[in-house]
Amino acid sequence: MRSRRTETTPDTSGANAPSRRRFLGYLLAAPTLVAAAELGGGSVFGPSAAAAETGAGLPPTPQVADHVDLTDGLVYAARPTANLIAIQLNEDGSASFALHRTEVGQGLTTAIAMLIAEELELPLEKVHITLSDARPELAFNQLTGGSASISALYWPVRTAAAVAKGKLLEAAGHVLGEQADLLTAKLGTITSATGGAIPYGDLVHKAASDTTQKVEVELKPESEFRIVGERTRRIDALDAVTGRKQFTTDLKVPDAKPTMVCRPPTINGTVRGVNNLDQVRTMPGITDVVPISSGVAVRGETFGQCIDAVNALDVSWGPGPVDGESDATVEKKLKAATPPPVIPPTPQTKTLERQYTFAFVNGSALGVNSAIADVRADKAEIWSTVKVPIVAQAAIASELGLAQSQVTMHVVPGGGSFGRCLFHDAASEAAEISQKIGKPVKLMWHRADDCRQGRVHPMSVGTIRASFTDDVISLEQHLAGVRTDFSHGFGEALTSTASRLPLAGYSISEVIFTLTTPSLYNFGVTKTLLTETHQSPSNNQKRGGFNTGSTRNVYSPDVATTRELFVDELAEAMGMDPYSFRRKYVKNDKLLKVLDKAAEVGGWGQPTPEGVGHGIALHHEYKNTMACFVEIDCRPETVNRPIRDGVTGPRVTRGVLVTLPGHIVVNPLGLEAMMQGGFIDGFAQALTASVHLNQGAIAEASWDNFFYCRQWNLPFEFTPVILPAEESEMPSGGGEMGVAPAFAATACAYRAATGKTPTHFPINHNDPLAFEPYPHVPPLPPSPTNGLDYAY
Amino acid sequence: MPTHTFKLNGKEITVEAEDDVRLLWVIRDLLGVTGPKYGCGINVCKACTSHINGKAFNPCAVQVKDIEPTDEITTIEGLPATVGEDLHPMQEAWLDHDVVQCGYCQPGQIMAAVAKVKQARAKGRDLTDADIEEIRNVCRCGTYFRIRDAIKDGAPRM
Repeated sequence: MRSRRTETTPDTSGANAPSRRRFLGYLLAAPTLVAAAELGGGSVFGPSAAAAETGAGLPPTPQVADHVDLTDGLVYAARPTANLIAIQLNEDGSASFALHRTEVGQGLTTAIAMLIAEELELPLEKVHITLSDARPELAFNQLTGGSASISALYWPVRTAAAVAKGKLLEAAGHVLGEQADLLTAKLGTITSATGGAIPYGDLVHKAASDTTQKVEVELKPESEFRIVGERTRRIDALDAVTGRKQFTTDLKVPDAKPTMVCRPPTINGTVRGVNNLDQVRTMPGITDVVPISSGVAVRGETFGQCIDAVNALDVSWGPGPVDGESDATVEKKLKAATPPPVIPPTPQTKTLERQYTFAFVNGSALGVNSAIADVRADKAEIWSTVKVPIVAQAAIASELGLAQSQVTMHVVPGGGSFGRCLFHDAASEAAEISQKIGKPVKLMWHRADDCRQGRVHPMSVGTIRASFTDDVISLEQHLAGVRTDFSHGFGEALTSTASRLPLAGYSISEVIFTLTTPSLYNFGVTKTLLTETHQSPSNNQKRGGFNTGSTRNVYSPDVATTRELFVDELAEAMGMDPYSFRRKYVKNDKLLKVLDKAAEVGGWGQPTPEGVGHGIALHHEYKNTMACFVEIDCRPETVNRPIRDGVTGPRVTRGVLVTLPGHIVVNPLGLEAMMQGGFIDGFAQALTASVHLNQGAIAEASWDNFFYCRQWNLPFEFTPVILPAEESEMPSGGGEMGVAPAFAATACAYRAATGKTPTHFPINHNDPLAFEPYPHVPPLPPSPTNGLDYAY
Repeated sequence: MPTHTFKLNGKEITVEAEDDVRLLWVIRDLLGVTGPKYGCGINVCKACTSHINGKAFNPCAVQVKDIEPTDEITTIEGLPATVGEDLHPMQEAWLDHDVVQCGYCQPGQIMAAVAKVKQARAKGRDLTDADIEEIRNVCRCGTYFRIRDAIKDGAPRM
C-alpha cells in the first residue's frame, strides 16, 4: 500500500490575509499575564470573492449555500458572544489555554496549540491545551460541530496570543531599558540587539495587568509562519500510544463504580415492571439495581458483573414509539413524503428522474457512550465527552431539579464522536441513576446498547429529476429523511443568527439542509428541498421516536451521492463520459481545478479490466471545494474472497481526494488524517455500513454485525491532495469534509464497474443478513470464555 | 472470594475476584490498569488486545480463573519493558506516522501489530499485507492507512 502525497504543502503566503489589519484583544486583570480575545474575532470579514464562473450550459438558480454556508452560520453564531477566551502565561514560561471545544480525535488541540505557539513565538511543547468545563456565558460558542472550530477560532486565538506577546515585549523593554519594538521574541525568549535576553517565565508577573484593558494588536504576517502550515504530529499522540490517555471510563472518581443499563428490545421501549429486582441485587458484586426512565440500571464492582446482572433481569417491557416500523415501512413513508416535481416537462425537453434510498447508519464511535456522575442534594458533578456542554449542563440541571450553576460539567476527550457526542445521552442517564441511588456512578453503555438504542444517521430517500435538450434546462433535487434530532443546541446556534441568514421562517433542519446544499453545475433552474418524516410532537420528545443524529455529516453524503450518481446517468443520457460532462457543466473554475486534479492523479481514462471501474465526484462544503476519484474492483474473486465473520464485497482499490481549502491549512498532516478517515467513512457507507430495522428493533448488536471498514476492506492506495489555498479569509473545516465526495465517487465507480446503477445504499443492504442477530432479550450478547483459543 | 495470582506487566499480582469475571474487568476495574479498552465485550472489536505469554489475546473473553500463576499478561503499559526502552519500536513507528486520531483503539492496535510481526517471524518470514488484513481491530476514526504504514515501518525495527 502506498499513501502518496502531491502538493500537500499549502501556500503559506496566506492568500488574501489581512496581514496588517489591526485586531482587538484584551489584557485581563490577573496575577500572571493573561491575554484574551473576543470570540468571533475583532474583525468581521465579508463574504469571500465569488469564484470565476465557467463552463457551458445554463447558469444555475443561485442557492443560498453558494453564498453563505453552514460554516458561515456557525461562525456568525460565535460572534455575538461578549465573553472571552484567554491564554495564560505560566511561571515556567509555558502558555495554557482551556479550549472551549471538545477533542474527539479531530486534532483540534494540536491545531490550536500550533496557532498559539506561532503567534506567541513559543515552542509547540510549551503550549498546554486542556478542555474547558461548561461555561454558560459562552452560549453558542461552546459547541463543537459542523466542522467549524478552526473556522471560528483561527483569528481570535491568534489575536489573544498576539496581545500576550506584545505585553511580554513591553515588559522586557522596561527590564532591559530598551524600546519594545527593537526587541525580538523567539522560542520563548525575548532578546535585544545589544545581547540582552529574558525568558518569558521571568516576565509573566511583570507583564501582568491589574486592570482589564482593551488592546489593539497586529497579527504576525502569515508569510512568516514557521509552525502553522507545517506538517505537525499530534500533541496527544504519546499519551495515546502508551495507554496513558484517559477517556471517561478510565477516570478514577472516588466510589464511582461500574454501572450499566438493561435496555428494552425495541427502540425506546418502556419498563412496565421488574420481576426479580431483589434477586438481582444479591448477585455477586452488585451494589444497586434501580428502574430508570430508559431501562433498569445496575451498579457493581466490575462491568463484567454488571453485564451478567443486566442479562439476569426479568423485565416486563412495554412497547416503544416505533415498534410498527421496519426498513420497508419507513422507506414507504419517505417515498410518500416526496412531493411531485414542480418544474413541468415541456414537449421540447427530455426528462430523467431517479430515486435512491439510504439506509439507517450506526453512528457510534469506538468509545461507547459513557459518563461519570456524582449527584448530591445540592450539587452535581458530571464527566463526559459532550460537544455542547452548556446544553448538557442546563438539561441535566433541569432533570435533577438543580440550578444550572449547581451542575459542574467536565468535558473529557472522546474516543471518537462523529456527531454522537453533540448529544449528552449518557451524561443525562448517569445523573439520573446517581440521583436515584444516591451514589456516584461510572456509566458505560454496552456496544449492543450503542448499536440498538444509540443514535443513527436517519434513513432517507433522494429523488432527483432533470429536464434537458442539448443542455440541462432544470434540476430538482429532493431529500426525504427521517427527522434528524437537533435538540442539542446546534440548531439554536444557527437560528440565533437567522436574521443574518436569508432563511427567515425555515426550520432548523431546513436551515442546515439549505446551508449544505450548494449548486455545482450549470443546470439551469435549480431547486432543492428537504422533507422530514416522523415529525409528530410525540416523536420530538426525549425517547419519543427514532434516536437520530448526524454521523460525520448530516444531509450532505446522501445529497451529494444522489446528485453525483445522477450526473453520471445524465451524462450517459446526453452521450458524454462522466468526466467530460462535469468539465463542461461545472459552474466555476475552482470546481474545474479540483476535478482536473483528481482526474490527473487518479488516472481517469486509463483502461481497466472488466469488473473494475473508475468514478469521479464533486462536492463543496465547510469551505472546501473537493473532488474525489475512486477505483473499485467488483470482480468475483475480489467480491467473494472469504473473511471469517466479515463482509468483503466490492473493494475500493485506489482513492484520491482533492481539496481546495478556504485559507491556510493549519496542520496539513492533521487534515490528511481527516481526509483519510472521511474517505473510509464514505466508501463504507456506500458499500457495507448500515443497520437493519425490523419492527422497531435494530438487528445489529456489535462490530461483525455493523460492517464499517476493517483492514480487509482498505484500498491499497489513497492520495489526499491539498491544493494551495484560495483567496479567502475563512479557514476550512476538516472533520467531515471527505465523507460526501467519497460516498458519491464510490457509487459512481460501482456503476462504471458493473453497469448497474444502485438504488439502495449501502449496496448490500437488501442482501440476506451476513450475521445471525443476537437476541434482544436478554439485551446483551454474553461475554465469551474462549478467548485463549484465538491467541496468536 | 477466590484469589488469583498472575504476572501483570512484569509484576506478580494477587487479586480477589469471582472466578468467572472476565480478565478485562479484573485488569481495568479492580487493578486500575486502563490501557486495554472496552469496545464490544465479545472479542470482535479487539480494543482490549493485550498479550499472554507474548501472544495477542482479548481479555474480555477470558475468565480470570483460566489464567495460571505462571502466565505473563502484558498490556500496552508493559509493552516497552519487553525491550527495556521507554517506548517499543512499534510505538515509535506509531508516533513517526502520526497514526493516532482519537486514540481509543490504538493500544489494542499496537499490541496486535507486535504479535502479528512475531507470528510471521516464528513462521520464518516477513510480514505481508495479507497478515495485516488478518488484524481485526476496529478503528472507527479510519486510521487504517497509517496503521499499515506504521506496522511495515515498525516491523524491521523490532
